Amino acid sequence: MRIRVRVNGRDYQQEAPDHWTLLRFLREGLGLTGTKEGCGAGECGACTIIMDGLTVNSCLVLAPEADGTVIETIEGEAVAGELSPLQRAFHKHHAVQCGFCTPAMILSIKAFLRTNPRPTVREIQEAIEGNFCRCTGYQQIIEAVQEVTGQREGQEELGHA
Amino acid sequence: MLENVPAAELSCVGRGVERIDTVEKLSGAAYYTGDLRFPGMLFAKVKRSPHAKARIARIDTHKARALPGVHAVLTGADLDVRVGLYLVDKYVLARDVVRHFGEAVAAVAAETPEIARKAVDLIEVDYEPMTPVLDPAKAIENGAPLVHPDLGSYDYVKEVFSPVGGTNIANLSKYRKGDVDKAFAEADLVVEREYTNPSVQHVPMETHVTVGQWQPGDKIQLWTSAQSPFTVRNLFCHAFKLSHNQVRVFIPYVGGGFGGKAGIHLEPLACSLSRAAGGRPVKIQATREEEFSLLPCRSGLVNRIKTALTKDGRILAQQMTMLWDAGAYADYAVNVTRASGYSAAGPYEIPAARIDAYTVYTNKPFGTAYRGFGHVEFSWGTERHMTVLARAIGMDPLEFRKRNALRPGSITLTGEVIREHTGNVTRCMETVAKAIGYGEELTPEWQQRELETGRRIGKSVVALHKAPAMPPFTGTAVVLRMNEDGTVIANLSLTEIGAGTYTSLAQIIAEALKFPIERIKVPVENDTDRDPYDWQTVASKGLMLCGNAAILAARDLLGKAYDMAAQVLRANHCDLDHDADRIFVRHNPECQVPFRALAVGYAYPNGNGIGGPLVGVGRYIAQGLTNLDKETGQGLPALYWTYGAHGLVVEVDPVTGEYDVLKVASAFDVGKAINPSAVRGQIIGGMIQGLGTAMCEGYIYDANGKLLNPNFTDNKIPTSLDMPAEIEAFVVETPQVDGPFGARGVGEHSMIAICGALGNAIQDACGADLTKMPIRAEDVWRALETAGPLLESSATIRNRAACNTRER
Repeated sequence: MRIRVRVNGRDYQQEAPDHWTLLRFLREGLGLTGTKEGCGAGECGACTIIMDGLTVNSCLVLAPEADGTVIETIEGEAVAGELSPLQRAFHKHHAVQCGFCTPAMILSIKAFLRTNPRPTVREIQEAIEGNFCRCTGYQQIIEAVQEVTGQREGQEELGHA
Repeated sequence: MLENVPAAELSCVGRGVERIDTVEKLSGAAYYTGDLRFPGMLFAKVKRSPHAKARIARIDTHKARALPGVHAVLTGADLDVRVGLYLVDKYVLARDVVRHFGEAVAAVAAETPEIARKAVDLIEVDYEPMTPVLDPAKAIENGAPLVHPDLGSYDYVKEVFSPVGGTNIANLSKYRKGDVDKAFAEADLVVEREYTNPSVQHVPMETHVTVGQWQPGDKIQLWTSAQSPFTVRNLFCHAFKLSHNQVRVFIPYVGGGFGGKAGIHLEPLACSLSRAAGGRPVKIQATREEEFSLLPCRSGLVNRIKTALTKDGRILAQQMTMLWDAGAYADYAVNVTRASGYSAAGPYEIPAARIDAYTVYTNKPFGTAYRGFGHVEFSWGTERHMTVLARAIGMDPLEFRKRNALRPGSITLTGEVIREHTGNVTRCMETVAKAIGYGEELTPEWQQRELETGRRIGKSVVALHKAPAMPPFTGTAVVLRMNEDGTVIANLSLTEIGAGTYTSLAQIIAEALKFPIERIKVPVENDTDRDPYDWQTVASKGLMLCGNAAILAARDLLGKAYDMAAQVLRANHCDLDHDADRIFVRHNPECQVPFRALAVGYAYPNGNGIGGPLVGVGRYIAQGLTNLDKETGQGLPALYWTYGAHGLVVEVDPVTGEYDVLKVASAFDVGKAINPSAVRGQIIGGMIQGLGTAMCEGYIYDANGKLLNPNFTDNKIPTSLDMPAEIEAFVVETPQVDGPFGARGVGEHSMIAICGALGNAIQDACGADLTKMPIRAEDVWRALETAGPLLESSATIRNRAACNTRER
């Protein structure tokens, strides 16, 4: 069917097979490959995007279900070539290693901070529980979020014995 | 090469600069292999065995071939090609027999993934199931069914490995030191125990993916999510009897590897399908389920340890029998067996040792390299065992470890002498012990917490070591090219799989050139046609070997620039110096020439040119290492040893067995932290990955060898909610004399021994005596049900009055 969506502020109208997932539509239909597939079963969160203000696993949403929605993906996060404050904090705190979970992690946190601008560590952990990261152990991600929320200044230091 | 520059004079090395590969990863711009599309690209799917062992009686592909949109269908009968890293034992597609659940028996390339899937479903396979061998202990018994009846005829690396034809033993590595029998006869105490680990999946967030193109004229191109482009090329060429000039391997961004992408995996199949499809590029991406059984895992281990010790806490001798459950193919498992064998003492001096490490074939998904390369698995047993030994003689487990720790003058299992500059494992232990308050009274808050919750707090300190497991002659090269504007591009063939090595290398190059890091580019993508050779991105050896090559390349580039400048400035080479922008005469600094003017050759005002484009080449190869004697294991295998320690605090409910990790402190002797923020990321990330092994991960099979949990619902990995409440990361910096700016690698080490730390802390808390990985709440509960009364903890001193009220 013909799918009309607004993605990162731009309107798209495009045909897609009915059985395509939103993930596949974004990646193959619109060429927005920043959103990744980690499991295809809604378990790992690597395909997280924001649809009408709420995060979804785009591998579990059929493309036709997204018709008429407003979608945010990682490609819309940097504005005019400038990293967003959240991206800058990830950069500074080494919150990225292989990078495969990173776009989804950013989107999950972005949606979460809209509703909870000054979260506790526990609340941050709960917010990203559905986003697996196999590299970082999450610690530096949480530190990056705390910087964005104004709850941390400077970088956590490696101890020298 | 220790540059011996005082820390205060370093401008880039030692600083936690931002990673050079992060912006594109943060913005979605980084292309991973799965993001690539090519004109005419086909999509492949595989047909996989539902049996652990079966004869393939018939495969009928007629219906699949007839399906519109299908361009190629292959079965094992079409591909008489075997591949193997050290032991060539695996067909690209199973021929005649399947040896493990999930093994590929046929594959299809079609215009869409849906057509390929449908075609796979149309392939009919008749199996005659056979009795699988699943238990490594049974697999080495006489008369056990053979996984590879032809093992005796397989090609293998004869200098290093010892397969035993007519058995399921893919390799036996032996280590002999001192008079073991005498030591056991003289011991005050002998303790023998067995510790086990299941197979574990790496779980890179990006599953294995390859695009292969076998063009007419046998010109092959591969885009693949692999850690080791040159190993993929080399093994591919050997398997298909091609020249290395015919195969080109590109590595785009890689979404995590952890050893699972170190070897060669989907590449031969993708290219074979492409050849059958007339040269159209073919993409194969493993599903998450396939990642668990089509692709390899980490080998299981049964680790029997028998130790002779004195009652004053000295280890006299140790005998170990390690049965590595390699699954159906040898892959890296034979080398895991070898490398973990020579490390198996842990960072302790064992005067006499007899170690037999077997790689055992079974009918299960096969094992490969996984971060730590065997050390995570055997350290579960050895670090549990150290605490069991200490408790047996009533000594504090940390004191017992320190008493037996390697120190200058100690001799390793293979006969290597430990030196001052090897590193300081005792300091690592002391650092983490202090960080968790080991041996101190519980804080009032924690005492209160114990009283309120009925839970009990336990502490542990464990130690670890690992050397890079690699051929003794492992070498690498780095090429630096100066651009017209004086910026520099570094070509090398490590891959940036997430560890941050490229940023550290950029720092090393910047430091060696005295340039700002912004002027150094280390392109993330690799290309075997354009980049110089590196063996593999494994073993925590990349920073050291590539770092040294990078320093030599920088010197070479500067030397050539100085040659040109000496001519331009009519000065002696030896009187020249440089800063970030220019080369100048030291005693007459106004006499200068900018790097920009030299970058692609110097041009005089009249147009005459001299020199030529500036290129620096650096080569480095491991020095003085040897193969190991096959009977005794004696020799020099270790490029260096990285030591470390974890301190762990756990809180256990002694009724239900539920527990939470309250704190982990980790310390590693990294020589020199080139990028402290990246080192911290490796320490914490690996520690959590290790906690996954410790707390919840592991393959579960039914009685027929079918894998029951190939997904994240049934094989959980740590989420953000599984983090310890408090995490601390430390480094000790005993410079590595031959390391770049004194550095040694630490990519794998944080994962090692954390399993033992958890098991020992749980025992300290509640007495549960654990011998099997992983430790789930029910495992603690079961151990408590069979255990005797609570032993008084030695690591955690409580307020005795409060404690006594809660004795079981």
